[in-house]
Amino acid sequence: MDFYQTSLSQLHDDLVNKKISATELTKEAFDHIKGNEDQVKAFISLNEDQALKRAAEIDAKGISADQLTAGVPLAVKDNILTKGLTTTAASKMLENFNPVYDATVVEKLNAADYINVGKTNLDEFAMGSSTENSAFFTTHNPWDLTRVPGGSSGGSAAAVAAGDVLGALGTDTGGSIRMPASFNGVVGMKPTYGRVSRWGIIAFGSSFDQVGWLTQNVKDNALLTALISGNDERDMTSSLKEVPDWAAQLNENTNVKGLRIAVPKEYFDGLDEDVQEVIKAALDHLESLGAIIDEVSLPHTKYGVPAYYILASSEASSNLQRYDGIRYGFRAADVKNLEDVYVRSRSEGFGEEVKRRIMLGTFSLSAGFYDAYFNKAAKVRRLIAQDFEDVFKDHDVIVGATGASTAFKIGAEIDDPQTMYMNDVLTVPVNMAGLPAMSIPAGFSAKNGMPVGLQIIGKAFDEQTVYNTGYVFEQTTDFHKKTPQLGGQN
Amino acid sequence: MNFQTTIGLEVHVELKTNSKIYSPSPVEYGDQPNANTNVIDWGYPGVLPSLNKGVVRDGIMAGLALHAQIAHHMHFDRKNYFYPDNPKAYQITQSDTPIAHDGWIEIEVNGKKKKIGIKEMHIEEDAGKNTHTSKYSYVDLNRQGTPLIEIVSKPDIASPEEAVAYLEALRQRIQFTGISDVKMEEGSMRVDTNISIRPIGSDKFGTKTEMKNINSFNYVRKALAFEEKRHQKVLMAGGHIGQETRRYDEATGETILMRTKEGSDDYRYFPEPDLPPVNVSDEWISEIESEMPEMPGERREHYVKDLGLTDYDAMVLTQTKEMSDFFEEAVKDGGDPKRVANYLMNDVNSYLNDKQVDLQDTKLTPANLAGMVKLIEDGTISSKMAKKVFKGILDGEEPNAYAKEHGLVQLSDPAQLQPIVDEVLDNNEQSIEDFKNGKDRAVGYLMGQIMKQTRGKANPQVVTQLLMKSLKAK
Repeated sequence: MDFYQTSLSQLHDDLVNKKISATELTKEAFDHIKGNEDQVKAFISLNEDQALKRAAEIDAKGISADQLTAGVPLAVKDNILTKGLTTTAASKMLENFNPVYDATVVEKLNAADYINVGKTNLDEFAMGSSTENSAFFTTHNPWDLTRVPGGSSGGSAAAVAAGDVLGALGTDTGGSIRMPASFNGVVGMKPTYGRVSRWGIIAFGSSFDQVGWLTQNVKDNALLTALISGNDERDMTSSLKEVPDWAAQLNENTNVKGLRIAVPKEYFDGLDEDVQEVIKAALDHLESLGAIIDEVSLPHTKYGVPAYYILASSEASSNLQRYDGIRYGFRAADVKNLEDVYVRSRSEGFGEEVKRRIMLGTFSLSAGFYDAYFNKAAKVRRLIAQDFEDVFKDHDVIVGATGASTAFKIGAEIDDPQTMYMNDVLTVPVNMAGLPAMSIPAGFSAKNGMPVGLQIIGKAFDEQTVYNTGYVFEQTTDFHKKTPQLGGQN
Repeated sequence: MNFQTTIGLEVHVELKTNSKIYSPSPVEYGDQPNANTNVIDWGYPGVLPSLNKGVVRDGIMAGLALHAQIAHHMHFDRKNYFYPDNPKAYQITQSDTPIAHDGWIEIEVNGKKKKIGIKEMHIEEDAGKNTHTSKYSYVDLNRQGTPLIEIVSKPDIASPEEAVAYLEALRQRIQFTGISDVKMEEGSMRVDTNISIRPIGSDKFGTKTEMKNINSFNYVRKALAFEEKRHQKVLMAGGHIGQETRRYDEATGETILMRTKEGSDDYRYFPEPDLPPVNVSDEWISEIESEMPEMPGERREHYVKDLGLTDYDAMVLTQTKEMSDFFEEAVKDGGDPKRVANYLMNDVNSYLNDKQVDLQDTKLTPANLAGMVKLIEDGTISSKMAKKVFKGILDGEEPNAYAKEHGLVQLSDPAQLQPIVDEVLDNNEQSIEDFKNGKDRAVGYLMGQIMKQTRGKANPQVVTQLLMKSLKAK
């Protein structure tokens, strides 16, 4: 079976009422995955044996009504540590890395008896917008196999779009959940920074990284996100704020009447025409449902990408120093001395894009350049956060496109890092300010039939309003019901 | 040409917390390599540091002990460098916002008092330990993450003697707070030095040379004295001092070039994103201040003023907190301060030196020392007997019981002593005659006879009294 025409609640009911067993469900999920994986290549590793074993155990002990995800097959991005299951970050550096502990989010899912079907592909160390930076292979967009799925959570987005799973974990440092969600016509939520523990997430840009879900629909996303959220004493940046039951608010009474939606004019700069059309129609639709649409300005938006690439790369250059060939991971062969271990292991173990960012970050932090780069970028970050605060004084959400274009062709941008980086122009400001934001299917390009994502940005820790807005849009449109015809033209 | 010397000291002090600064691993020594480590200490993918609040508290206490200003807002910074004993390839330290700054301590050299400024103090993590054999190199991460305070002096130290006086005062004050053992020999206090000289009157500092991890105060003095002379010789000969790191060779008493520094190392410091900034309230500082043990200076004043000790005695007793605490405890238990002090400074100290142990590692207790002193005071034992009783209390014996058991009790009862006095007088008519003729020597002889009769146990004071009375009555 595929997971298109169902929901977490529906599956859960079926499991509780024994219409289907966890084992049957898991088997069917793997049948479906295997039917398209050759084309899509969403997974770095499949966890079939363990998943079936786990399903059998769950069937044996029974599924109670309060265990929403018990026996439900889900996927995990391969930069999230899973004990005993290879976690590569799509890097040669960690090709055979077998973690000794579970990330907090995985611990929580295990406690909730989920079924982990496998680890999804990504750009190496989550650095990229297409999965073309994976050390192993590129994932293909299920809507058009010649196109990228976006990145870095491209494997997770493609797996959901291909109907392999109901939800897949992603991480989002500068748009890595929302951007692939937009390219694949699925729902992707990056919660507020601090909402979800980062313990066990292979760090990229520590002050930006956040875990979230890519799902078939908004309500599932709210349910799954609540499951992984909350304070964790192992992550001092995780928030003590209570986690609301967002999904409980998503029902037939949810509406956007009087919702004050800010639309930043900067978010239309450089937007492809086909995307612009879809976004304008989406805004018209929200207005027709009673929302108040208001054009605003986020004046520092254009500085977001350069500042983000300085700050996130600086943190990355430091975070990735631990991959030194000494304790775990890849070590170059025939090394002569300590320096050789470091230089050759890192030169051979990291891919081009990772090395590019390490160089960029190292440069930005160097004596003599720190003020002009890191410090300046940190100032821009504060200004961007201030822009958002100003707008949120009299608006409830900010809405615009998730990406300036639809999914591009594989190979089209990989040799042009600057163009590739500009894909993040609409998503990075959110990470700079640590806000929650979700991409939902908003329609399809008139030009190429590819999905277009609508980004809904909320106030810090106000995921509720983001979910409400997305839910109403989804329930009053049919875009999310359309599914890719694998291998064919859409 | 005459030169003036400027010395800078960076002191690292290991804190005695139960767990590490950023991980819950225990801080323990002497265990199997890597026994006290977890994924955080390994710098494993996905791990995050958690700040041990006790380290901030101890850092504040150290700051207060050194009269420093405590930061109300601080964050941590990453210092980036590759080395196998540094698994994350960065150290989480403080660069922008030290926990404390602008402190001072007072030193005294050749009777002259001087305040030495403290620029700043940081809290940070220690690295692991590399060991090398001919075939392999080994990394032990047990020490990785042990909390440290780094204390950086202002350029106020003008001689090797002042440097050592500063280190002694620093060690003493930190030791009295109880946050660290501050033992050079065990590495819980480590000293890096830098020294430069310049012509007197010049406002520009000379080029510094550095020496790291010198392992005793004595060697610090010798190493700095050697460097001071070497700088002078080089400059007088028209040469120039290079910016270099040198090593003190204990065997030759000379310093040896380790490496020259071209420009400064670039550690690419930036704010640690995994730890939120720490805010320190005035209330918290006051609370820590109220928990601060009395400092040596205050204790010395109390010993001289209230307990009647000399300045010298007070100084010796406050060399370490253990000794000072022991003294105060023994006085509280009723020991005469002067006698307790004498025992600690002489018999106890020479015993500790002899055995190369610390006071707290012996079986001697303040109560037993006080008990023995009381026995001397009330005449139960003689000072000669006390020597034997002292051996007993060193083994943990209770002095009263020990003295009785070993027959170390003076005869002080006149009713018991009078018959012996009478007997000796009866047998020594000649001495009585001598006494009457003014020969005082006779008294000594008679005393000796009485002591002999009692096998040395008679209380000399009581015997003298009885004897004189009896003689005068003859």
